[in-house]
Amino acid sequence: MYDFEYHKPSSVADAVKILAADPDARAISGGMTLLPALKLRLNKPTAVVDLSGIADLRGVKRDGNKIVIGALTKHYEVATSAEVKAAIPALAAMAASIGDTQVRNRGTMGGSVANNDPSADYPAALLALGATIQTDRRTISADDFFQGMFATALEAGELVTAIHIPVPEKAGYAKMRNPASRYSMAGVFVAKGPAGVRVAVNGAGNNGSYRHAGMEAALSANWSADAVAGIKVDPSDMNGDIHGSAEYRAHLVTVMAKRAVTNAG
Amino acid sequence: MNVVQPFEGIGASVRRKEDFRFLQGRGMYTDDINRPGQTHAFILRSPHAHATINGIDTAAAKAMPGVLAVFTSADMAGIGGLPCGWQIHNKDGSPMAEPKHPVLAEGKVRHVGDPVAVVVAETRAQARDAAEAIVVDYAPMPGVSTTEAAIAPGAPAVHDGVAGNLCYDWHIGDKAATEAAFAKAHKVVKFSTTNNRLVPNAMEPRSAIGEFDTMSGDYTLYTTSQNPHVIRLLMGAFVLSIPESKLRVVAPDVGGGFGSKIYHYAEEAIVTWASAKVKRPIKWTADRTESFMSDAHGRDHVSTAELALDAEGKILGLKVHTLANMGAYLSTFAPCVPTYLYATLLAGVYTTPVIYAEVKAVFTHTVPVDAYRGAGRPEATYLLERLMDVAAREIGMDRVEFRKKNFIPVDAFPYQTPVALQYDSGDYFSTLAEALKTADWAGFEARREAAKAKGKLRGIGISTYLEACGIAPSAVVGSLGARAGLYEVGTIRVHPTGSVTVLTGTHSHGQGHETTLAQLVADKLGVPIANVDIVHGDTAKVPFGMGTYGSRSLAVGGSAMDKAMDKIIAKGKRIAAHLMEASVEDVEFERGTFRVAGTDKTKSLTDISLTAYVPHNYPIEEIEPGLEETAFYDPKNFTYPGGCHIAEVEIDTETGKVSMVNFTAVDDVGRVINPMIVEGQVQGGVAQGIGQALLEAAVYDAEGQLISGSMMDYTMPRADDLAPVSVATHTTLCTHNPLGVKGCGEVGAIGSPPAVMNAVVDALRDFGVNHVEMPATPAKIWNIIHGHRLAAE
Repeated sequence: MYDFEYHKPSSVADAVKILAADPDARAISGGMTLLPALKLRLNKPTAVVDLSGIADLRGVKRDGNKIVIGALTKHYEVATSAEVKAAIPALAAMAASIGDTQVRNRGTMGGSVANNDPSADYPAALLALGATIQTDRRTISADDFFQGMFATALEAGELVTAIHIPVPEKAGYAKMRNPASRYSMAGVFVAKGPAGVRVAVNGAGNNGSYRHAGMEAALSANWSADAVAGIKVDPSDMNGDIHGSAEYRAHLVTVMAKRAVTNAG
Repeated sequence: MNVVQPFEGIGASVRRKEDFRFLQGRGMYTDDINRPGQTHAFILRSPHAHATINGIDTAAAKAMPGVLAVFTSADMAGIGGLPCGWQIHNKDGSPMAEPKHPVLAEGKVRHVGDPVAVVVAETRAQARDAAEAIVVDYAPMPGVSTTEAAIAPGAPAVHDGVAGNLCYDWHIGDKAATEAAFAKAHKVVKFSTTNNRLVPNAMEPRSAIGEFDTMSGDYTLYTTSQNPHVIRLLMGAFVLSIPESKLRVVAPDVGGGFGSKIYHYAEEAIVTWASAKVKRPIKWTADRTESFMSDAHGRDHVSTAELALDAEGKILGLKVHTLANMGAYLSTFAPCVPTYLYATLLAGVYTTPVIYAEVKAVFTHTVPVDAYRGAGRPEATYLLERLMDVAAREIGMDRVEFRKKNFIPVDAFPYQTPVALQYDSGDYFSTLAEALKTADWAGFEARREAAKAKGKLRGIGISTYLEACGIAPSAVVGSLGARAGLYEVGTIRVHPTGSVTVLTGTHSHGQGHETTLAQLVADKLGVPIANVDIVHGDTAKVPFGMGTYGSRSLAVGGSAMDKAMDKIIAKGKRIAAHLMEASVEDVEFERGTFRVAGTDKTKSLTDISLTAYVPHNYPIEEIEPGLEETAFYDPKNFTYPGGCHIAEVEIDTETGKVSMVNFTAVDDVGRVINPMIVEGQVQGGVAQGIGQALLEAAVYDAEGQLISGSMMDYTMPRADDLAPVSVATHTTLCTHNPLGVKGCGEVGAIGSPPAVMNAVVDALRDFGVNHVEMPATPAKIWNIIHGHRLAAE
């Protein structure tokens, strides 16, 4: 990696101040994306602002009908949280399926959400669950927050601080992993909650995680795997690569939607 | 009788001595070694598959902080190219095309990753920073990555002067007799397939440290090698012109090789040569990206086969045509892989009376291709064992019965094949019978129905295979084009108080030699393995050796040790006869005890060794003091392990994902020294075979860009991709080496891919498929199922 300044602030305010003063500084949380990019010299920030010293960004709590997860909460902590397992078992199971043990003990929910990797698991879950993303300066609905591949509503230097998730009536997730990277190559998160039935897709689309209106309508009318089984996904919206064509991914989205509904029960 | 307790000799599953070190993180790998004053090298590599270099400007790089030197090929006048260790001759008798393989690119780059310049700096980061400041003026040109495209008229030329990118056009077998057999065939079955290109991906990346001693003028190279003496020979004699007496090569703990660390690589020569220029030690260690684009790849064959059959299903003849990718340059042993390690195996375990094979080796703008676990034999076995299934189905015969009908009978050994090899022993009926029983072949249809009820397609596949290893008789390989002998060397040094140091020319990089070879000493000399040290991997310690590959360490290296131990016993008997006042002929030896036959007069090995080194009462006029013997062993033949592998898979019809549900291996590896280690070797080989069948593929685009250049896109097998692997052995002894051993390092990777693919095709039997190319990825299988459904609609 190239040389950079290293900061380890102990408050959100200090972190935001450093980031505001230096547009080429980058915040680092678990480092599961930024660190490999630095090591491969694909990224050359002037400074890295390590958020891991900010204690109050970590932890899971139940707040009425919502689960609130601090941005620095690690995937392992989400996967094993008693609150998450009781309220949204599909989210706990999803967190347990991210990467490998090392990744789950380093990577954070806020980092994954802010990065919005098209193959990451969380964005689809938050879209389907109708979550709200809280930052250092405002709250943003998941629908407004995720704006396509690696794109979010975050302004320069704005930090995700927590994620608020309404507890759904039921939710389920299923994904087909890329054989090599084990990232999602087609994943579907379905939820029936306060905001109605919502279905979000990750891994497969050619512009990041997105909601699928046709499947939402079908499941609203009839919550069953059969209701989505016949829904054809348009391959022109899909990615294609050496691991699978757009047609294959389109097919997988339907299969994973069926399985997600089955998993949701 | 002084039997070692507990028994640690031949046949004991002794725990691996070296694992105490490895499991506690106390191994000493090349990158763990740091020499006083050490500097670091970074290799600048070509991003282009094919380009002319119009100029290289290193001025800015040389001025960067910490930089000691920047070298390009212009600085290396008088340095030789990397040599090829095997020369193949064309059909017309002319030698193969052997273009220069420069250490650093000379005016042209020929594959992504081709080394262009080297920076030596105080730190690795500084070297890398400076490398980014080197300006290379490339003029990119069209490239070609596949063999079919490379031999097509008008294809971009990889080397000037190599017409049609053809390295050689070789053949073996009796063409006329084969054509005659085909002319009277009742049925001819045709089959074409590609053997997918693989990236070896040893866990430890390659690394090298060069050190020049300004006082003595001696060079030392620490390197991740399977054969340090071979590297000393090749680099010293052909590249850098350093006599053996001035060059020491050390291969310390090495974290996996699978063939990829046999070869002499440019980086070894660069750090050795440059250490004398900067007069400081220089370390280079590959990162994983460099491994993908600079370690020799494996496989990459395109083949067509035709099988002639009579009306009863007896094989009359076999014709094979193969295109083999050599990559951009000839790696050390590349030319022998698709010829003498491949086409000679096409008889397999069958009585095929005539075989004719043609092999064209082709240059492309890709990383050089060389031996990878199995080397040629997996390609032959895959082609033959898939062909056997295709043929059985075409003639409507049960695939097991078809194989049995054509097996070489148990009483036919030694068996001469039509493609040069003479098998010494084997019993293919027994390994088959045991595997069928273990895998519950007979009960499969019930399991298929049960899977169907869950919406899964279940298939079972078999492979009855044979391989040739224990490489190799020097005179034979010499006549076939090898530029080296392939004997092995062992020294047994019995110390005064009876402990033993073994110097072996083989090299352990995961195989467990420190245990297995010690067990040979425990068995024969009666010395506990705790008192036996195996020394390998250092040309300054070990007299000579050809290293470890081709499952040769035990069959050839172990046999050399056995011969040396015979000499120890012979000398010990003379000393014992003197001490016990008996005639030599009356002294017997068994596991540590010399005895005058028929008496209770005995001397222990320790009595004898102490006497040999403290020769007060000693026949000094007749026998030299000391107790150390060296033997060179040149094998009389290859060894021929074989056996039967059975794979069972399930396919998720919705996603196309193939899951391994069971794997059975029954192998004849000759005498087994340590059953636990053999089981581990077979399981590891099977894991790599399943990797080739279902997961792994080095993918280049048509122009030579490496698409699967990282673990993000290259699918290495993980634990959950595998199935329980049941390993059993059924032994027939090798008849021509003193230990009766055949070798177990490669059988897993050789026998398993066709078993897995036969199972995949079997699972898809209702989809009108008679072949699926490796790797059987989910997308590929879904395309087959989906395509079939579309056709049916």
